[in-house]
Amino acid sequence: MFSKLKRLKESLAKTRDSLLGKISQIVGGRKLDDDLIDEIEEILLKADLGVAATDKIIQRLRKNASENNISDSDAVYSLLKGEITGILSRQKAAVISAEGAKPVVWLITGVNGTGKTTTVGKLAHYFKSNNKNVMIAACDTFRAAAVEQLAIWAERSGVAFMKAQSGADPASVAFDAAISAKAKNIDYLLIDTAGRLHTKANLMEELKKIRRVTEKVIPPEQILSKLIIDGTTGQNALSQVKVFTEAVGCDGLIITKLDGTARGGIMVAIAEELSVPVDFIGIGEKIDDLQVFEAESFVEALFEG
Amino acid sequence: MFGELIDKFDDIFRTLRGSGKLSEKNIKDSLREVRRALLEADVNYKVVKDFIAHVETEAVGEKVLKSIEPGQQLVKVVHDELVRLLGEKAESMTPATKFPTIYMLCGLQGSGKTTLSGKLALLNKRKNKKVLLVAADIYRPAAVKQLKILADSIGVEVFQMENTKPPVICEEAKRHAEKNFFDLMIIDTAGRLHIDEELMIELDDIKAGVAPDELILVADSMTGQDAVNLADKFHQRLKLTGVALTKLDGDARGGAAISIRAVTGCPIKLVSVGEKLSDLEVFHPDRMASRILGMGDIVGLVEKAQGAVDLKEAAKIEEKLKKQSFTLEDFYDQLQQIKKMGPLESILGMIPGVGKALKGVQIDEKGMGRVEAMIQSMTLEERRNPNIIDGSRKLRIASGSGNSVQNVNLLLKQFFAMQKMFKNMGKMKIKGLPKGAFPFQMNI
Ligand SMILES: Nc1nc2c(ncn2[C@@H]2O[C@H](COP(=O)(O)OP(=O)(O)OP(=O)(O)O)[C@@H](O)[C@H]2O)c(=O)[nH]1
Ligand SMILES: Nc1nc2c(ncn2[C@@H]2O[C@H](COP(=O)(O)OP(=O)(O)OP(=O)(O)O)[C@@H](O)[C@H]2O)c(=O)[nH]1
Ligand SMILES: [Mg+2]
Ligand SMILES: [Mg+2]
Repeated sequence: MFSKLKRLKESLAKTRDSLLGKISQIVGGRKLDDDLIDEIEEILLKADLGVAATDKIIQRLRKNASENNISDSDAVYSLLKGEITGILSRQKAAVISAEGAKPVVWLITGVNGTGKTTTVGKLAHYFKSNNKNVMIAACDTFRAAAVEQLAIWAERSGVAFMKAQSGADPASVAFDAAISAKAKNIDYLLIDTAGRLHTKANLMEELKKIRRVTEKVIPPEQILSKLIIDGTTGQNALSQVKVFTEAVGCDGLIITKLDGTARGGIMVAIAEELSVPVDFIGIGEKIDDLQVFEAESFVEALFEG
Repeated sequence: MFGELIDKFDDIFRTLRGSGKLSEKNIKDSLREVRRALLEADVNYKVVKDFIAHVETEAVGEKVLKSIEPGQQLVKVVHDELVRLLGEKAESMTPATKFPTIYMLCGLQGSGKTTLSGKLALLNKRKNKKVLLVAADIYRPAAVKQLKILADSIGVEVFQMENTKPPVICEEAKRHAEKNFFDLMIIDTAGRLHIDEELMIELDDIKAGVAPDELILVADSMTGQDAVNLADKFHQRLKLTGVALTKLDGDARGGAAISIRAVTGCPIKLVSVGEKLSDLEVFHPDRMASRILGMGDIVGLVEKAQGAVDLKEAAKIEEKLKKQSFTLEDFYDQLQQIKKMGPLESILGMIPGVGKALKGVQIDEKGMGRVEAMIQSMTLEERRNPNIIDGSRKLRIASGSGNSVQNVNLLLKQFFAMQKMFKNMGKMKIKGLPKGAFPFQMNI
């Protein structure tokens, strides 16, 4: 077993930055046979697409290829690329909504350490750069120094900040922030919440309460729940999306930490299985390391590495 | 933890156990399922491939095919191989025996390093060690403040320096620790990507400067396929001495554990199971493999229970259960004992089959609190003989405990059902536990 492990290590060391980037190498000049399918499967699985989504994609690829009599490898390649782009583009959402009722609330949620607070900081900067009035509210009153962390981001982005006492009831902070945002003619109110595992019923209740209480001030259709997913996450992200959606809805995802070597293939699985759109991707720790998600350029990057 | 994976193997091997004979095709089919389960659990593709190939050569051998219970035999092969991959036996951290012993924690952003620093500090403080926490994350907003708050909550000193590079901070901290006879110094480094050359060099420098006794990679148990890359890069660079897995209190299947272990060969020494500083456990590969295979973490359960449950008391209750003389008073005592054992989720996960039986059931600790409050509002007589609880008593109990009468009714109804069920417990297997069998399943 250990010699195998050593081999594994060696081969991994050679792994290129983009696993999907290898598809073009493999597919070039070959026929769509079982070996090729196996290799495509390997690449998709290694990019975190998961077994179910990978199976479906390959099934469709086979069908599509045989129906259109495609065996030329280049054609298979663009077929696959188109397939994944298609999955990621099924849901489209405008990130900045057209002028309408104010304020729009973004309730930022997710499991522990995914990048919620950092993303709130980046979003504040993004909206402000688009000439919006922004306020951020610190509803993580639980984690040590969470409020202080967000305060620094508020300062960096130069937006209004609704501070809370550590240990305060997060829902009451959200309530105060909503009232204040309304009074101050704010366009976007960004609510940072504490990280919580979706399996903790009591913490999910707390989150529901934050939303409920905010709805007392602001109409529900103006409140968007945004789930922050760590791009390094594997199949557990599916479970996160499901449970957070059940609790407070999910109007969009923000996938963080895509500046690493993980390729975020999980978002293909999420789009395929759960049909939730991706709004932004996080690509670093700096204030402007945030990009509006575009399926095409994302897939392009996946394939070209 | 590993909950869903357990369920998967449960399914596969239940069908295997059922059929008396095991053919080669049989084995291939079930290994295909094993492969799928492992992949869905985020075990790295290559690791899975090697694992399956290895098990197949072992399993399809004479030994399995000719054995009287081939299913069992196959389970054993898969189990043994998982144990081997996870590292045979539990390995612990180097104890704090010099002035100072040094632990250095590193890992990707948000994996749980700062929290784990606090946990290790608490653990050692409880062993009467003098602990120094070193704030070597000068990048993340309020990182030092976070560490300070955690340290203050357990009365541990933090070493920090303004406008200084982390390697220098750590060397100064070591000097400080030596001079002041600290037993243990724990370095909380900033989160970083394994491909961030500049920050990886910083870790090299810290390591070279203080020569840590333990260099631990802190990895999120929810990590996907990339776990092998990051573990490999950190290990190649720093020669890790161990790995800590965090956030195992969730439902992540935790295949990353197998991947990281396979690619680094480093032991997994710590398991983080919550946000509180006391939520820290030792990693037991054998238990983990048993859990993966759905055999349940019996050893772990017994150990936990020993600290909390009075064995004589337990025997008495068992007797009462069988004789149907189990009362609300006993139930209340039991609740107290369960509470002493820690978070319910982690306890229930250890019981074989229960993970599955409780699927979808909300383990609502608040609900347990409500049950407790209602029983507290009962007289001793009522607890011993719940049959006497009539309408007016219900009203009193409800208002006394801040509950509705419906809740009191529900409690009684479920208690009576439970009493009846427990009567047959001797014959009953734990699998397929009826809803409402446990107090914490009450949806009130
Ligand atoms: N490399 C990289 N790091 C990121 C990104 N987004 C956030 N981080 C880092 O991830 C870590 C955790 O980020 P936070 O914003 O504190 O995460 P959180 O979700 O608010 O965490 P909790 O509130 O504790 O649950 C920090 O070190 C961030 O700097 C990203 O896109 N890329
Ligand atoms: N549920 C759960 N949460 C955890 C666990 N360990 C850490 N956390 C949470 O995960 C988040 C990130 O933890 P930190 O300790 O700040 O992580 P870090 O690695 O120091 O993060 P950076 O310094 O930004 O890289 C916080 O919300 C912690 O409370 C765990 O075992 N279980
Ligand atoms: Mg946060
Ligand atoms: Mg930290």
